[in-house]
Amino acid sequence: MRRITAAIAAITAITTLAGCGGGTATGNGGNKAPKTLTYWASNQGKSLDDDKQKLTPELQKFEKQTGIHVKLEVVGWPDLLNRVLTAASSGQGPDVLNIGNTWSASLQATGALMPFDDKAFTAIGGKDRFVASALGSTGAAGKPPAAVPLYSLAYGLYYNKKLFKDAGIAGPPATWADLVADGKKLSTGGKHGLAIEGANNAENIHHAYIFAKQHNGDFFDAAGNPTFTSPGAVAGVKQYIDFIASDKITAPGNAEYAQNQSLQDFATGKAGMLLWQAAGVQLAQRGMKPEDWGVAPVPVQSGTPGQGANVDTMVAGINLAVFKNTQNQDGALKFVKFMTSDEEQKILNGKYGSIPAVTSAQSDPQFSNPEQAVLRQGLAKSAVALPQVPKESQFEDLVGTALKDLFADAAAGKPVTTESVQKRLEKAQQQMTG
Amino acid sequence: MAATTGTTAPSQGEDSVPGSARARKKPRRSYSVGRSAVPYLLVLPALLMELLIHLVPMVVGVVMSFKELTQFYIRNWGAAPWKGLGNYRVAVDFNGAIGHALLHSFLITCAFTVLAVGFSWLLGTTAAILMQDAFRGRGFLRALFMTPYALPIYASVIIWAFMLQHDNGLVNHVLHDQLHLSDKPAFWLIGNNSFVSLVVVSVWRNWPFALLVIMAGMQNIPDELYEASAIDGAGIWQQIRRITMPSLRPINQVLVLVLFLWTFNDFNVPYVLFGQSAPPAGDLISIHIYQASFLTWNFGSGSAMSVLLLLFLLVVTTVYLAFTSLRGRRTSNA
Repeated sequence: MRRITAAIAAITAITTLAGCGGGTATGNGGNKAPKTLTYWASNQGKSLDDDKQKLTPELQKFEKQTGIHVKLEVVGWPDLLNRVLTAASSGQGPDVLNIGNTWSASLQATGALMPFDDKAFTAIGGKDRFVASALGSTGAAGKPPAAVPLYSLAYGLYYNKKLFKDAGIAGPPATWADLVADGKKLSTGGKHGLAIEGANNAENIHHAYIFAKQHNGDFFDAAGNPTFTSPGAVAGVKQYIDFIASDKITAPGNAEYAQNQSLQDFATGKAGMLLWQAAGVQLAQRGMKPEDWGVAPVPVQSGTPGQGANVDTMVAGINLAVFKNTQNQDGALKFVKFMTSDEEQKILNGKYGSIPAVTSAQSDPQFSNPEQAVLRQGLAKSAVALPQVPKESQFEDLVGTALKDLFADAAAGKPVTTESVQKRLEKAQQQMTG
Repeated sequence: MAATTGTTAPSQGEDSVPGSARARKKPRRSYSVGRSAVPYLLVLPALLMELLIHLVPMVVGVVMSFKELTQFYIRNWGAAPWKGLGNYRVAVDFNGAIGHALLHSFLITCAFTVLAVGFSWLLGTTAAILMQDAFRGRGFLRALFMTPYALPIYASVIIWAFMLQHDNGLVNHVLHDQLHLSDKPAFWLIGNNSFVSLVVVSVWRNWPFALLVIMAGMQNIPDELYEASAIDGAGIWQQIRRITMPSLRPINQVLVLVLFLWTFNDFNVPYVLFGQSAPPAGDLISIHIYQASFLTWNFGSGSAMSVLLLLFLLVVTTVYLAFTSLRGRRTSNA
């Protein structure tokens, strides 16, 4: 019996050590498996299957050109970050992957992604091919980018032409004051002015950030420390919450939307306006005809969209990263070159309704339709990147949750004041660690 | 056994030859020693797997809780700096934002567990007693009641999430549009009602298990007891109090413990209902810890909270088992 106990103790000790050893994943890739690549694509289409159908012909083209077989896995947004983190901690992951461009700096800090230094950029055709604003969302300043832009997106104000006409509104609003006034006119008979995605952390963060910028505020200072309770940030968040709380141009039920119900409400005419990134393709999938909606730049406080306090969209989009542990680094770079080539940029962005991330592909006529023109203009002139700091993903979670709670208060009819917003943001800031 | 035979054999019969007794004893003892090792050898593979699958990750988790494991180190977490008790200090500093949020989540979870386990048990017991006697359609009812437990958890909870929606949900349609019980439709997935939603879905999900276990337990209560008590003039309440409940005591002891542990640790129901960020009133501890580690990328802090949770559950389980066993022994002695 004593011997058995000793054996168990020994085995425990050994397996524990093995467990510790398992946590390290410091391999730096190589070219041991030059014939295959695993690619994790994010969900850009209507469904995971829709993405598969759109991407497969392109991947077959790549295989024909290079002889490299690409194993495709489309990962849904709720799982993507977890999957990337698991891959980072285990060292077992894909070779090439999509990331939301706002995660770039956070994932860069893990060291799991291959830095795009000058050599890597030369291999894929040069850094200056990419649109400058999109490159601004690929990692912390002063470090080699952790990824390259793949699809670029920006916010636009989508409006229902028929509802506008019925309410006697001549054109889309250019300032928030106009938007609220128009929204009030539209909010009759069960319909509402503006649809929002009140329980979706990512959507909330994007809007809160732009609103804060328009109030000359920010959620981080120059050193990368959180400033969630700065007057500009508080005023920005409050203005956004007020669509439900005091302006009442948004249906209270939107406070619990997190699965694109706002898109659905806009497509079915339950709401007259929507702030969205490249909604065109998705509206068509929900049965809304292209002639029924229009798109305009997102409003500003006053004046016209531009830089500084007149930014009206974030630099949204998807980046393409190479996993540092890849066993086919050369092949991975070839694949990145292929995906960012003019031809593929035109095909893929055309399919998804997004904007090419390389300048030379943007001139293609298909990106000059009214929707893409507005988004392209926003990206070029009045877009700002979300903070490129390692704590960005914490910010998304904590401030996103704070906004969800504030929307819940507003929807329940509880007063939302500058003090209550500030208090909730203060709580979020105190929970920032590390 | 071998020892008893050894000492009693000589005293048993005067006519037995001592020599032959000793000769018989010797091989017998070595045989029995070999045999006593067999059960241990048989469980050894299972024990090793248990160590590998359960204990090792637990030990790793405990080690992690003493480290500052943020996104900067997840790729090589052996290199993460030691933080000593730092993560624990933050977690139990109830004046700080993180500790305060954890305490709030813990209290919510306690209230949720008491209600959810209580109702599940009550419903399960009631249904089991009502269905104890055979009647037409009993089999059908049993199958019907088991359905929530048989459904895949994700699918069934997502249906609840649809039903609980503010604008188009079935619950508001029935309560507000049809029965006019409220002046305006209520929110069930955000705000304070989310606690009620959690309890309802959890009870719906778990009470069939209570029913199943109690029904099985009732099979072991002899009918004669009921017949005898009926002859002595006992009513149905007396039968339940004096026969059914005492006979079910050992079953209930395990059932309540298992329900408690499952409910307290429940992750699926809140995650599917509320998504990644739960409303304050529905912020159960498992999802809170998930948020504190996975979403904010602070795995050391999340591990420390998990270890605290583990310790709490260990203490509760130990106290519960000691208390119920003691009471059980007292009642059986009395």
